[in-house]
Amino acid sequence: MAEKTYREALKEAMTEEMERDESVLLLGEDIGVYGGTHLITDGLLDMFGKKRVIDTPISEAGFTGAAIGMAMMGLRPVVEMMTWNFSFIAADQIIQNAAKVRYFSGGQVQVPLVIRGPNGGGVQLSAQHTHSLESFYGHFPGLKVVAPVTPADVKGMMISSIRDPNPVIFLEAGALYGTRGEVPEGEHTVPFGKARVAREGSDVTLVAYGRQVLLCERAAERLAEDGIEAEVIDLRSIRPLDEETVIESVRKTHRAVSVQEQWRYYGVSSEIAAIIQEKAFDYLDAPVERVSGAEVPAPYARNLELMCFPSEEQVVEVARRVLYQEV
Amino acid sequence: MAIRETQRRHEALGLDEDDLLRMYRHMLLARRVDERMWILNRQGKAAFVISCQGQEAAQVGAAYNLRPGYDYVYPYYRDAGIVITLGMTARDQLLSLLARAEDPNSGGRQMPGHFSSRELNIVTASAPIGVQYPQAVGSAMAFKMRGEDGVVLACGGEASTSEGDWHEAMNFAGIHDLPVIFLIQNNVYAISVPENLQVAGRIVDRAAGYGFPGVEVDGNDVLAVYKVAKEAFERARRGEGPTLIEAKTYRMTAHSSDDDDRRYREREEVEEWRKKDPILRFKQYLHGAGVLDDAKEREIEEEIRAEVDEATEYAENAPYADPESAMRYVYAEEE
Ligand SMILES: Cc1ncc(C[n+]2csc(CCOP(=O)(O)OP(=O)(O)O)c2C)c(N)n1
Ligand SMILES: [Mg+2]
Repeated sequence: MAEKTYREALKEAMTEEMERDESVLLLGEDIGVYGGTHLITDGLLDMFGKKRVIDTPISEAGFTGAAIGMAMMGLRPVVEMMTWNFSFIAADQIIQNAAKVRYFSGGQVQVPLVIRGPNGGGVQLSAQHTHSLESFYGHFPGLKVVAPVTPADVKGMMISSIRDPNPVIFLEAGALYGTRGEVPEGEHTVPFGKARVAREGSDVTLVAYGRQVLLCERAAERLAEDGIEAEVIDLRSIRPLDEETVIESVRKTHRAVSVQEQWRYYGVSSEIAAIIQEKAFDYLDAPVERVSGAEVPAPYARNLELMCFPSEEQVVEVARRVLYQEV
Repeated sequence: MAIRETQRRHEALGLDEDDLLRMYRHMLLARRVDERMWILNRQGKAAFVISCQGQEAAQVGAAYNLRPGYDYVYPYYRDAGIVITLGMTARDQLLSLLARAEDPNSGGRQMPGHFSSRELNIVTASAPIGVQYPQAVGSAMAFKMRGEDGVVLACGGEASTSEGDWHEAMNFAGIHDLPVIFLIQNNVYAISVPENLQVAGRIVDRAAGYGFPGVEVDGNDVLAVYKVAKEAFERARRGEGPTLIEAKTYRMTAHSSDDDDRRYREREEVEEWRKKDPILRFKQYLHGAGVLDDAKEREIEEEIRAEVDEATEYAENAPYADPESAMRYVYAEEE
């Protein structure tokens, strides 16, 4: 297997799908000549031409709606949101329409649409470029929502997303586009609704997705120095959610910490905590805890920003707390 | 003969020599601060820069009609020329650039270029494109409801007119004859996307669709912009409703410090536009009109350099906000 960046994995998946299936096309701001502001589509205009790599005006509602119309006609559009933050402008199209067309047509019409782009923050772009939208989009039946973190999963989940007959919200870890990992060549799909055990351990379960998986892996290494073996679960798929893998892990470790970049209230971590207490209550030796972003719009100044996102130290500290090892 | 004709241009607009020199200083200060910001970025001291370069004439020409602290402005991220005309300083810009506690816009919370001042009625700019226009129209409605003659200046680039919010705001303003001026600085690009992939038809023509006048103006000619803006402000103050101004200009720098514009535009094109630099043009006018000579020009340059140097030093030494303060201003604080 070759080592590739997150960015390359993403492009590879889209390129292979565009080669395989003529109905796949890309739309978004600056994705053509420029190759995308994060260079995800670099070179694709030359390869596939401007009928399939379409530079849109700055009209998120407009081009998302247009993509829904294309998808209903049998095309397979992949829409780039320059960042997910701009998807609020297109929220009606996504939530009220893409997510409902199949249901409200009694199953007659489908919307095989992928919307992708960077999600989350940590790179000093302040609050209006920094939202983490997993629970926001994860809330709505009719949408599938994924947030992969390894380049291999990025490729596998993008291919699965393009082939899926439903609208898929593809949340990329924008801060990690340059990170590397092994990526299988050619046909490689990763199914929805299947979590990944990123690290095995028996003492405490750390549940995360996206960028926070790496944070948990680093925290797990620190804990290992003190003889604590943390299991790290990468959810990958937010909706559908793999409850089984989480429950199985908690049955083994009896303790869990759920980590997310987004705010504490009404987040994915709250969902994880609820599922654990519903399905593994008798196995728990401590309350399930959450590590989340501070309850404030993400500030710009680096020192303030760092205060507002979950840190390795916090994860270590909370893991110790559920193990009743006060620090 | 040519000289006397140029002289008449400002006189006909009711501008005296002091006005001209003030306008020139605002433009030059905006430019020199901007250049300094790029240097600080290259030195690794500033994480993000977004520029006004090339658009100073459009900004200062329009803003010179504002009554600071009375009229309202919804600037966009390039509008350093507007906020400087209203009274913001080099220090203010640099404190914001370096995200210090004293940053007057947001205390280090918002990105640079997102101006905000309660005192000057500068409404905090939003990072998502185009969302300012409906709000600007609401402010104009408030002026009208209170029977005041305030005017709202709402600004954006040509690509902001692709957003639904812009059209909704134009329609609302047209229905209620509101005292709002839509100032569109058409600098040909939206990051990499050129005007021909962004704008169907002509922006200026769209005003007719909403029932009020649209005027196109050479955005690199500060007096031309001042003239059309003056008419628009007078119209608004008379209660006759909105105006759309499309100022044709050019973005002289990359989109921002995160961009490499060599990926999508030819150097020759940039060089051609540099010859039409609005500051150069105004300077030539001022020389022709006898308002500026070489000595005076140097004197102004030096004053501005000193101001920018002082501001840089001040901002670099200014403290960051206390991390604990990050939690403030999310909600109203208890008395
Ligand atoms: C809703 C939204 N979509 C996309 C962006 C990303 N973006 C920031 S500036 C910009 C270009 C804007 O072009 P224009 O309005 O012409 O202004 P200019 O930067 O050229 O002055 C884009 C696409 C954004 N900030 N908000
Ligand atoms: Mg533009």
